[in-house]
Amino acid sequence: MFSTELAQTLLSGVLMGLIFSLVAVGLTLIWGIMDIVNFAHGDFLMSGMYISYWMYALWGIDPLLSLPVSGAFLFFLGMVAYRLVIRRILGAPMLIQIFATFGIMILMRYLAFYFFKPNYRSIQQTLLSGNIDLHGVYLSIPQLAAAAGAFLTTGAVYVLIHKTRVGGALQATAEDREAAALMGINTDRMFTLAWGIGAATAGIAGSLLSTFFYIFPEVGGIFGLIAFVAVTLGGFGNVAGAFVAGILIGVVEAMAGYLYDPALKTVFVYVLFLGVLFFRPQGLLGVE
Amino acid sequence: MASGVAAGSGFLYARNGALLAAALAYPFLFRQSFPQDLAIKIFLFGGLASAWNVLGGFAGQVSLGNAIFFGVGAYAAAVVQTQWGWTPWAGMLLGMAASAGIGALIGYPCFRLKGHYFAMATLAIGEVISTLFMNWQWVGGAVGVYIPLRDDTWKYFQFGTTKLPYYYVMLAFLVSALLLSAALLRSRMGYYFRAIREDQDAARSLGVPARRYKLAAMGISAALTSAGGSLYAQYVLFIDPHSVFPMMLSIQVVLIAILGGVGTLWGPVVGAMVLIPLSEFTRIYIGGTGSGLDLIAYGLLIIVISVIQPRGVLGFFRKAGAA
Repeated sequence: MFSTELAQTLLSGVLMGLIFSLVAVGLTLIWGIMDIVNFAHGDFLMSGMYISYWMYALWGIDPLLSLPVSGAFLFFLGMVAYRLVIRRILGAPMLIQIFATFGIMILMRYLAFYFFKPNYRSIQQTLLSGNIDLHGVYLSIPQLAAAAGAFLTTGAVYVLIHKTRVGGALQATAEDREAAALMGINTDRMFTLAWGIGAATAGIAGSLLSTFFYIFPEVGGIFGLIAFVAVTLGGFGNVAGAFVAGILIGVVEAMAGYLYDPALKTVFVYVLFLGVLFFRPQGLLGVE
Repeated sequence: MASGVAAGSGFLYARNGALLAAALAYPFLFRQSFPQDLAIKIFLFGGLASAWNVLGGFAGQVSLGNAIFFGVGAYAAAVVQTQWGWTPWAGMLLGMAASAGIGALIGYPCFRLKGHYFAMATLAIGEVISTLFMNWQWVGGAVGVYIPLRDDTWKYFQFGTTKLPYYYVMLAFLVSALLLSAALLRSRMGYYFRAIREDQDAARSLGVPARRYKLAAMGISAALTSAGGSLYAQYVLFIDPHSVFPMMLSIQVVLIAILGGVGTLWGPVVGAMVLIPLSEFTRIYIGGTGSGLDLIAYGLLIIVISVIQPRGVLGFFRKAGAA
């Protein structure tokens, strides 16, 4: 009985962790490439959730089908945020950069609050409803599908960064902005692209989450903070690191809820974060 | 350059005296509840932003967790009354001591971190402490603390019939924060703070014990912020983790300082005089509480300020500007 519960906890932790990974990958991309912390990242995710919710509520479109829409829309939104705001503060002091993205966060969160009201919403019936029973361990199919989707998307970003020419240009820009520009890389375009991809991954994660997680205007706060933790754990700009860290956080959170107290599970995540910050500031997987 | 020190001191005394006289007379010119409440909030947030400014502006350590100390101060004032029947003034002192201690505990490991990392760590610690208070039943947990109501009394600092005592105490809070900041700007410690902000390694190589001075900046900032929290608790008479530990509060005090000019003496006051009325009026005229419209305007404002005027409002007036 104990082992079944433990297995259940671990598996749910891993499934949730895969989503955290996807959210963190988008954040680490922007952070690594331009050294800007995007506080609005969780709210990009919230937008993705609402896109799926409304397409479902208004037209009965399944989140599985609205997922590309929310990816595309957030890609566009990310680029707009860069062009309108971030590009103008690239050389500004860190404090100003923090505040610019904070402003975007508040703007997005309370636009959602104003138009969609603070109600908790959820999508009840999807193409993939139901549970799978693995010898007493129950896994909900929407959560399983979301984890699989997150895994595939994270993999796609990894391939894009590490195996393509554009990815090489992005990495070069992250490494040394000026040298990359001298080599003929249009760094401004790379930054725009990084914001597009970063926001799109958050949007996709939002659509995946919308099938089993409550949707409300402030939901981004939860995922935004966890993504920061994952990025720190994984090493800034490290996509593979963010992936591993996301799963680790999912498991730690689930285990803390199971062994201790669900109300305090986020405290354990933050303590993990602080521990890594103090003892391995280059990230768990990072090199000195 | 330290603001306010450069000009002739005779002029400064006259100007500051006039400002103080105007502040003292204000509640007799504006007797309604709303303008008095507005001024009380400006004093409170001006003081909180000055407190942040000691650490974030003078010493250059960007804390995004100052709500921790505000909350600790608010809880200290409230809980000593409900649990032990003490006066909130004792709670305020206790809270200041506790906050300085907590600040040192946070600072000791965190001051090894730089830039983003320090900011993120303070943000995370703020969330941890907020969650802990949410689950700490002895202080009311998520429900919060109702301070028992009494007739007008200085001993328990409660006034149901008039706002005047709150007004003058908040003014005293702001003035203390400013006097302390001005003294710091001129003291050896203040120079050390700025040396650390400009280049910590260079300061250290010249024999400035950087960590000790950063801890001092944290302690001062924390104790001042905590006092503001205690006064706030007495003003509203009900606190819960959402109202006194919110991340938004940590952000707001920084924003006020940025708006007015980080690292200057008057910047936090100017910032509070611009931002607090703005947010109160948008709340009343276009928002109404709870719709979110006021916060939409707020978010837009933050974006616009960051993009156009990174030197703060004072930067418009002073060419030399704030560092």
